[in-house]
Amino acid sequence: MSATVTDISQDAIVSVRDLQVQFQTSDRRATVKAVDGVNFDVRRGETFGIIGESGSGKTTIGRALVFLLKPSAGAILHNGVDPLAMPRKQFQSHRRDYQIIFQDPNAALNPRMTILSSVLEPLELARAGSKAERLTQAREALDRVGLPQDAGDRYPHQLSGGQKQRVVIARALTLRPKLIVCDEVVAALDMSIRGDVLNLFAELQRDLGLTYVFITHDLAVVSHISERIAVMYLGRFVELGPTEQVSEKPLHPYTQALLSAEPRPLPSGMRGDKRIMLQGEIPSPIDPPSGCRFRTRCQYAQNLCAEKTPDWRELMPDHWVACHFAGRPNFSPN
Amino acid sequence: MAAEAAQRKTEAVAGGAPQALMSVRGLGIRFKTSQGVWQATRKIDFDIAPGERVGVVGESGCGKTITGLSILRLLPNNLSGLDGSILFDGVDLATCSARAMRGIRGRRIAMIFQEPMSALDPVFTVGHQIAETLRVHTGIGKEEARAKTLDMLRRVGIASPERRIDDYPHQLSGGMRQRVMIAASLICGPQLLIADEPTTALDVTVQAQILELLRDLSETSGTALMLITHDLGVVAETCTRMITMYAGEVIEDAGVDAALVRPLHPYTSGLLRSLPHLSPRHGKLPSIPGRVPSIADMPNGCRFRARCPHAVAGCEKEQELRDAGGGRKVRCWRFGELDLPGALQHAATAPIAAMVARP
Repeated sequence: MSATVTDISQDAIVSVRDLQVQFQTSDRRATVKAVDGVNFDVRRGETFGIIGESGSGKTTIGRALVFLLKPSAGAILHNGVDPLAMPRKQFQSHRRDYQIIFQDPNAALNPRMTILSSVLEPLELARAGSKAERLTQAREALDRVGLPQDAGDRYPHQLSGGQKQRVVIARALTLRPKLIVCDEVVAALDMSIRGDVLNLFAELQRDLGLTYVFITHDLAVVSHISERIAVMYLGRFVELGPTEQVSEKPLHPYTQALLSAEPRPLPSGMRGDKRIMLQGEIPSPIDPPSGCRFRTRCQYAQNLCAEKTPDWRELMPDHWVACHFAGRPNFSPN
Repeated sequence: MAAEAAQRKTEAVAGGAPQALMSVRGLGIRFKTSQGVWQATRKIDFDIAPGERVGVVGESGCGKTITGLSILRLLPNNLSGLDGSILFDGVDLATCSARAMRGIRGRRIAMIFQEPMSALDPVFTVGHQIAETLRVHTGIGKEEARAKTLDMLRRVGIASPERRIDDYPHQLSGGMRQRVMIAASLICGPQLLIADEPTTALDVTVQAQILELLRDLSETSGTALMLITHDLGVVAETCTRMITMYAGEVIEDAGVDAALVRPLHPYTSGLLRSLPHLSPRHGKLPSIPGRVPSIADMPNGCRFRARCPHAVAGCEKEQELRDAGGGRKVRCWRFGELDLPGALQHAATAPIAAMVARP
């Protein structure tokens, strides 16, 4: 992998600036700030991991990145251009470059369509090439993700979970995207095939020069596949940095707690007993705490944390954190 | 010498049948389907000692959930047959009367599930549901049941239980609902708690809280725990013994540390190696080729044979769960000659180990 690190050009394929996404509750009496002021760039060719617990807003960010959701405020630029400013036709063809894959392949595949017709559909919608060309492309995509030749004639129920996820990947590949948002794409798969699918993602990235935004709650998965990781809590990023830095020298108390809570398949002697046990659960995004949103569960919280929202600071090169006290001596439990 | 001591210790724990709280022997479950009778599990043998915490791991469809359900005879209507015996404190749960089963279920053996919202009744308060269990089984009065319920809610770590006792399930968070389920399951002081994926629907920080609670309650009240999960990390953090299942059979039974460090069955080893925690970061993840054989078309002999890198002639013969010494059992005739990698193979480069390596 060290070779690819040097190839990564530092230009951004996606730039997110002050992104906010809000929803009305069903009784329209309150606003849920699912994403509330997030800034980051995704670099061409990298895998950008976003990790967070349920309700943190990670899925909302993923959907906004491909404009399945419209930002309430702020901007999402693709290659420096705002797709929402494009004429409708251009916007539609532009979207082909930015694909998304979801957790459950059963929900993503029509049970009454054969695998081949499912994979053909995006090509037909895009009116790409002649019928014969589209067929060749679809077959190539199925082959690309390691499915057997005859898989195209089968129906979703005749395939295993791992195979179905491969079909969904093949379908996303047919339009030759530049970026794929992967939202919990291995969460529904059994352990023994999860590795296969993760390997496939890595291989496709190498061969096709893809960029991934990998959204998951699974620390082990995200730290295996990503070059950089962003940690999300209640609609905001609390930490962003290179994988090694974030997973081995976390700066934010929430990241530290998250890493410490991860159950480790290691013998008792190797697990260590220093566990940071967080109290309670993630507060409601309808009425988030003032100042630092993590303060209600943070063991280091001070008055300042309630009064002032912590700045998003680059505490170390390429390693950002939103915490008033991060980086001070005696702050980290390590 | 340390190994000998450890062996004696595990032997003492594994023990013989007389010490076991529950002895499962030759358990098999068959279902009627439109395509004939399917054997979901077969020849399941294991013991659980009083107060012991045992993890049952395996992938979806391996039969771990149905094994848990069969102990409480909570089986679907298309059950075709239950083979073998489930000896619990002298009673065979596989054959005892429905009435005897009702006296045990909920009172002496309790069970909790993955999704607490579907296990709780939305139209009754949580206090009512917990107290109901107690009143049905012990016949105590309303006042006393409420007092005991309050005490139990406090024990499972619900903040201000006086207020929460009259809440409805939808007013609680996911973690609190699972705490309520644990309270309801432990209110009668059962000897065994069967927990089927109790933390799978929870966030990782809440999962850590619930696992700690289960461990603590099991230790303080002496309740044995049978924890059914797909997550080897959860087993490592919570249990002392690990039973691995594959395609309806128990394929390995060992102390957790022993199973993680030196697995004896190629499937256990393959599972451990496929975990991203234990592989070098950004490297190729080892995986197990192929897929689990279909329940309708099980191969003879070793069921893992088609996916096993160590399969040879001889594996097509019927495999028994063999005694591997040190209180360990394995369903692989080649276990003695194989030296299989476990969790520590890449300890120096794996991200998880790097996290732990810090002082």
